[in-house]
Amino acid sequence: MPDGAVMSKTIEIEVLRYEPAEGSAPYTQSWTIPYTDDMSVLQALQHIKDHVDGSLTYRWSCRMAICGSCGMMIDGVPRLACSTFLRDFPAGKIRVEALAHFPIERDLVVDAGDFIGKLASIRPWITPKVEKDLAAGEFLQTPAQLERYEQFSHCINCMLCYAACPQYGLDNRFLGPGLTALLHRYNVDSRDAGQEERMQLAHSEEGVWGCTAVGYCSEVCPKQVDPANAVNQNKTLSAVDWFARFLPGSRAA
Amino acid sequence: MSARDTYVRPMRGWWRRNPFFVRYMAREATAIFVYLYALLLIAGLVALRNGPAAFDAWLAMLRNPAVMSFLFASLGVFAYHTLSWFRIMPKTMPPLRFAGRRVAAGAITAAGLAAAAIASGALVALALA
Amino acid sequence: MKKRSNAPVYWSLFGAGGMLAALVGPGLLFVTLAAPPGYADALRFAQGFAGKAFLFACASLFLWHAAHRLFHMLKDLGVRVGPGSWMLCYGVALAGTVAAASALLAIGF
Repeated sequence: MPDGAVMSKTIEIEVLRYEPAEGSAPYTQSWTIPYTDDMSVLQALQHIKDHVDGSLTYRWSCRMAICGSCGMMIDGVPRLACSTFLRDFPAGKIRVEALAHFPIERDLVVDAGDFIGKLASIRPWITPKVEKDLAAGEFLQTPAQLERYEQFSHCINCMLCYAACPQYGLDNRFLGPGLTALLHRYNVDSRDAGQEERMQLAHSEEGVWGCTAVGYCSEVCPKQVDPANAVNQNKTLSAVDWFARFLPGSRAA
Repeated sequence: MSARDTYVRPMRGWWRRNPFFVRYMAREATAIFVYLYALLLIAGLVALRNGPAAFDAWLAMLRNPAVMSFLFASLGVFAYHTLSWFRIMPKTMPPLRFAGRRVAAGAITAAGLAAAAIASGALVALALA
Repeated sequence: MKKRSNAPVYWSLFGAGGMLAALVGPGLLFVTLAAPPGYADALRFAQGFAGKAFLFACASLFLWHAAHRLFHMLKDLGVRVGPGSWMLCYGVALAGTVAAASALLAIGF
């Protein structure tokens, strides 16, 4: 080994690939590429696409864990490719697959239509309690009021929690972790008065009652949103409401 | 939707693919022991109602080797139920504040485990007295 | 308008049974193994109001807790849950509840 020579490390990237065609099946393809300690899985995919096989297809954008585009299964765990680093896989090989529980469109791209469709259904906006003129100024909140919903507002819609949730995988009518967290974010915002409509969704079998408290969603969330907490808090709220509606003086459901 | 020939991956064997899911299944499987123990308990209540001979037969059944193995296993399983129950409990609760600070999930779990130790301990003390 | 689920009823029973099992389960198992009461002690305990309540709660709520978890476990394992599964889980919980209540009442005060 001559002095000054640099041995570059290599890593094998195994990808589950898929080309859409009637009756076609996914297949595995591997590439061995050089890497440096600062490289992410996303950069590895970009290296392959730029220098080896331009047909490799994947989503990405910000490469800094804020856009939520690059979610995929890395060694069977839902992760963002831009913030998963090759140096953390000393075995010298990683397996990359499209995000679990979603239909594969092509290679590492999934059909996110179900998630996007449901997103609109939860009314993800403030329904103001009182109509306020712009000239009257902002709706004010105390730090305590902010704390009730803030963590749930950090969701970047990356869908890792859906890939983590076996109940969503078994039945995709389930509203799912991320969108229940977002639903909760609006419900507990002091400025909002839209709880009744959102709770119709939550109270249903496809709402919070599809959850069996696996808890993996909160484990994989890159933004510490804790969707498991949002869903299970709403189980308690939904259950209390189920019984309370029979009490005199409450509005019938 | 399938105009684009998307591929849907099967869910069979999903829980075996990840240690987190295996632990989840283990937690859920504790219910098998809870179910069987409850049936054993009810058999004991029916035997008690039927008189001393029937109840003695139930007590003798508790000493049957297969039943003893089940009971020993159940002791461990119930302990695991207690642990996993109080581990998941913080997830079902809204944020709690105490003395101006947010109560950590670990504190809630610890409190639950302490309560279980006291309750189960009291039961054992009562029975041995 | 989505149909409201009746899961809260089962879930509340599941929660109550799970909490009771978590708190007294290990103790109960220890007593069953190490120091099960003889007929006279057991009868006296079961005739008391507190004893009745405790034994009924354990017998019934443990079954409702287990039923709910087992039912969902069957779904997790890919079983298409129908009336048969419901009977095996919740049906047995219902039957067990009735059996426990009737036995405890017959034991008297």
